[in-house]
Formats: sequence, C-alpha cells, structure tokens
Amino acid sequence: MTKFNRRNVLALGGAAAALPLVGGRALAQEGPLKVGFIYIGTINDNGWNYAHNQGRLYLEEQLGDAVETTYVENVPEGPDCERVLRELAQSGHNLILATSFGYGDYVIKVAQQFPDVKFEHATGYQRSENVATYNARFHEGRAVCGTIAGHLSQTGKAGYIGSFPIPEVVMGINAFALAARKINPDFTLTPVFISTWNDPAREADAARAMADQGIDVITQHTDGPAALQVAEERGLVGGFGQGADMSAFAPNAHLTAIIDNWGPHYVDAAQAVIDGTWESGDRWPGLKEGEVVIGPYNEKIPAEVVEAAEAVKNGQIDGSFNIFTGPINDHTGTERVAAGVTLTDQELLTMDWYVEGVIPPA
Amino acid sequence: MSAELLIAIIITVVGASTPILIAALGELVVEKAGVLNLGVEGMMLIGAVTGFIVMFTTGNPWLAVLAAAIAGMLSSMIFAFLTLSLSANQTATGLALTIFGTGLSALAGQGYSARPVDLFRSVFPAELATHPVWRVIFGYSPLVYFSLIMVFAVWWFLHKTRSGLILRAVGENDLSAHSIGYSVIGIRYAAVAFGGAMAGIAGAAFPLLLTPQWAERMTAGRGWIAVALVVFASWRPFRLLAGAYLFGLVMTVELYSKAGGGILSTIPAELWAAMPYIATVVVLVLISLRRTGSTSAPACLGKPFLATN
Repeated sequence: MTKFNRRNVLALGGAAAALPLVGGRALAQEGPLKVGFIYIGTINDNGWNYAHNQGRLYLEEQLGDAVETTYVENVPEGPDCERVLRELAQSGHNLILATSFGYGDYVIKVAQQFPDVKFEHATGYQRSENVATYNARFHEGRAVCGTIAGHLSQTGKAGYIGSFPIPEVVMGINAFALAARKINPDFTLTPVFISTWNDPAREADAARAMADQGIDVITQHTDGPAALQVAEERGLVGGFGQGADMSAFAPNAHLTAIIDNWGPHYVDAAQAVIDGTWESGDRWPGLKEGEVVIGPYNEKIPAEVVEAAEAVKNGQIDGSFNIFTGPINDHTGTERVAAGVTLTDQELLTMDWYVEGVIPPA
Repeated sequence: MSAELLIAIIITVVGASTPILIAALGELVVEKAGVLNLGVEGMMLIGAVTGFIVMFTTGNPWLAVLAAAIAGMLSSMIFAFLTLSLSANQTATGLALTIFGTGLSALAGQGYSARPVDLFRSVFPAELATHPVWRVIFGYSPLVYFSLIMVFAVWWFLHKTRSGLILRAVGENDLSAHSIGYSVIGIRYAAVAFGGAMAGIAGAAFPLLLTPQWAERMTAGRGWIAVALVVFASWRPFRLLAGAYLFGLVMTVELYSKAGGGILSTIPAELWAAMPYIATVVVLVLISLRRTGSTSAPACLGKPFLATN
C-alpha cells in the first residue's frame, strides 16, 4: 500500500504543479485557445451563473474549433477559488474568466504567478497587467424596472433582496429608487441583505417578510426565482427576473426581466487573446451594446407604463438619459450630486451611499 | 405590531423551523443509537431533488414525500454499510455522504431547475386554512403537523418503550447490549435508516413547503444546523423542538425587522447572523453548568462496534 504522509503528498503535488508550467505555453500556441470559466453557483440557477454559461456556449458556437472551454461550478469566494484559478492556469488555459465579485483578490494573486495567462474578473475593480475587469450596466435595467414599479406599486413601497452591500448591488438599489421616485416622489425602497447569493428558502422568507409588511413590488439581486414565486403566491403587484427571464415561475407577478447577455463580450475577449491584441482594462457595456437586455413586458402592464419604461430604456441606449444625473440627494436628504452633473464610472464603482427614498439597512 | 403581522410572522417562523426540526429528530435517534452521521445535509439534498422530481412528474405531494423518505433512507444505507458493516470512520464517511449527496442531487436535478411546482398545502378546508386568524393553526402544510407529531413520537419511543430503551442501551454501552443478546449492528442499521428517511423528508420540505422550485444546494447548510441542534438540545426531543423554533425565530425576525423597520432593524446584519451561534454557545455553557448523566452525549457516540464472539 502506498503511504501518504504529508511529505510525499507535498512532493507529488509540487511535481504535478510544476509539470504543466513547462508545457503550458507550447500547448496553447498549437491547439485551440483554452478558456476557463469559474462560477460561484451552478449553471442551472436560471440566473447569474446560467447567463454566464450561456455566454460560454455562445463563445463556443461563434469561434468553433478555435476555442476549447472549461467551466468549474460552485466555487466559493475564498481560498478555494485560488486553487481553482491556479489549476486552470496550470492546465493550459490562457484566458480565465472569474465571474463573481469576491474572486478579486485571488485573481490578482494568481495572475502575478502566471504572467502569460490573461484573466478577466466580472464586476471587479482590481486590475493589473494581465487582469482586466468587465461588467454590465445592470443598473440601466434597474432604472427601467424602477420606472415600472413607480407606476404600478399601490403602496409606494418596494423591497430589494440583496446578497451583500457591494457597489454593484448598491448601484442597482439606487438606480431602482431614483427611477421610481421620478414617478412617485414618496416611493420608498427597502433593501434586505441576506448575506448569501444562493439560499432560495431564505430569499423566499425575505420576500414573505416584505409582503407581510405592505411591500407590493419585490425585486432581487440574488440568483433565483424564489422571491418572484412568493410575489405570485401572495398576489402582489409583482417582481422582476434577474439575469434571465423567469416568467415560467410567476406568470402574473413577473413584470419584466433584466437579462444578461455575456456572449458577445466573451467572443471579443477570446478573439483578442487569439489575435494577440488583448489588453488589460475595464469594459462596462450596457443596454446600448446589448449586453443588458430588457425582457418582454407582462401583458398586465398598461400601455402607458410600457411606454414610460421604453422611454427610459431608449434614453439610456441613445445616451439622452442617465439615471445617475443630478440633482441626487442621499438618504439623509443631503445633496450628493448637483443638478446636471452625472456620476462618473469610478464614482459608481465605489458607491457606498444610498439615495433618498432608500431605507438604509443597519 | 398588529395581530395580523404577528400571525404572519408565526407562519413564516414555523415554515423556516420545520425542515431543521425534522432532520434533527432523525439525527437525534441515530446519535442515541451511538452513531454520528454527518451526512444529513447530503441526504437532505437527495430528498429535496427526489421530492421535487416526483412532485413535478406526478403532482402528488404525498407521493413526493414518500419518495423523498425512501431516497433519504437508501442513501443512509450507504453510510450504514460502510460504518457499521465495514467499521469505517463515521466522521469521514458522513462528510463523504454529504459531498456525495450534493453531487448526486445536482446530477439528478439537471433539467429540473427551470420548472415550477405547486406547494404541499394545508389539507384543512379553505375557510380554516386561509382564515385570517385560524390559519395560524390550520394553515400549514401537513409536513408541519408531521414534524410536531414526530417530536412527541420520538420522545415516547425513546423514553417510554422497551425498544427505545434497547436503542439507548446500544448507544450508551454497545458491549453490554451485545453481551445480553441484542444485535447492536441491526439496531444501529434501523436507527440510521430512520435518520435517513427523516433527512429525506426534511429535504423535500424545501421544494414542497418553502420555495416551490429545485435549486442545487438549496438546503444551504441547514443539515449542519440540524446536526448542531442535536447537541444544542442535549439529545432531548422537546429541547430540540425549542431549539429548532428558536433558530427559525431568529432567522425570521431578522428578515421581518429588516424589511419593516422598527427598533430591531437597527441591529447590524452581522450581529443577526451571529445570533444562532451565540445562542448555541450560551446553551452549551448552561448545560455544562448543571451536569447530570442524561444531558451528556451517548457514551458510544461515533465509536465503531466490533463484535467479538
């Protein structure tokens, strides 16, 4: 029987780790470009991870034999993801896409050890020579949803189930509240953070807590349809699909969806690596580029509300409307953005304050 | 707070507590027989996916629960065979069962994630089940009444029946039980099977009671809470009931206060998240302060039994 003590396991691991390093470069130049994806959840979540995986499939479809893709699901935002990143880099993947915010520090760390591998980190803010960041302007979609909520909500109260108060989520909360308050100046939005991306039972309970306390529009920044199902069950005004169309779960309550369309970006990124033109940077397309898409509107929404929603959508596409143009007050009523001034991308990416109308969480 | 809101909160608390209670009751019996099965989370996931698939294909929630119980039981038999017949390490095997259950349920559930099902609703007449006040008694899924009956049944079995006494004897002193002619391994098999069935039903409660969908890893760690609760309750069914509802209460009040404002909403999210664990530590300290024989763990918990002639 082979004895596995710490020393010979380490030695084995070290040898295994060193081998691909030697062969990696030669392999990548001959064969197809190997592209690795890491997902925080499962590709069957009908939301965030599903959308990224659709992007991966689109990449395979578009570039065919020129690429070979690998994905790893359920990678937690912790030291485990460093191991997965390293394994992908060592096994000849020359483009690695890390698709969750919390991977950031580990991407930077692993990227330093593999200068020839290109990394792209979704929703992140840390870049280096071989680490780019990319994101989609979901808040543009949130502005469309907020417009619908402002028109349809009878209580003037909406709830927002979030995972963690990171800038990405705070931006969505603020865009939704700003848009709704343009319609109904007394509108309030209550964020509830549940400290996880994937716990459908907890999302459902958060939605119940909202429905029981007079909130009649529920939107979520988590990955599944649980909140929508509660909205349907309770006969609320409605909710919105996040990441993908979720109308199958809530035919009455599903007002519209913010659909992520990562495919075109993944094709661009892979093509750039193949052509040798890849550069680090930050790419942040939105409705205009088709990376964020608004799903079909529910038939119960009156025509004039659809029109108002479309106006907000089209305004963001042609650039005539920006939800983060002042005057904007924060939740204490202090002016944060002066009239006519628009927040810069950098200000959005570090957003840590709530606009007026948001009931700030503790 | 209005009475209406109070009733709504109670209903949500009951829902959140029920799966934890069912799974923990099963684990309590397993541990009373001297076996530590850490595979609860995995068995719950197998139960959840089985329950969902049967509910989706047949639309019959009773059948779904039955299938989930059988699936949970079958998965627990893997554990039983390895640890009881082959005397494998129980901790490692239990962890392996959790990993196995997570993977197997994900595999079985592929293609079911975009499908909604109906909930397992109250069987009482609609006038009672949806009555603004009486729903607090009659408005629950049959799984809720099942969990409460099982608390009593487990207590009665363990403390009032001869079979329960034998099971406890096996957990406290396997050699003595063996020497007076009881089949230690056989009794432990039965206990593990019961634990597996209960974990399967607890898993089925996720798609049938809480959120009518299948999502991978949808039990989100509640199997571990169930394992911890058994210790928290010092292996007593009624304390387990209290513990599970305390857990459900803390988790639910957090959400209601965040969504509705009021004094409780000023408590930071991090403190809310820590509260169940603070409660666990406090209870464990209290238990250890007044040490009597019956509050401590079964003496043979986690130890393999090697029969000698």
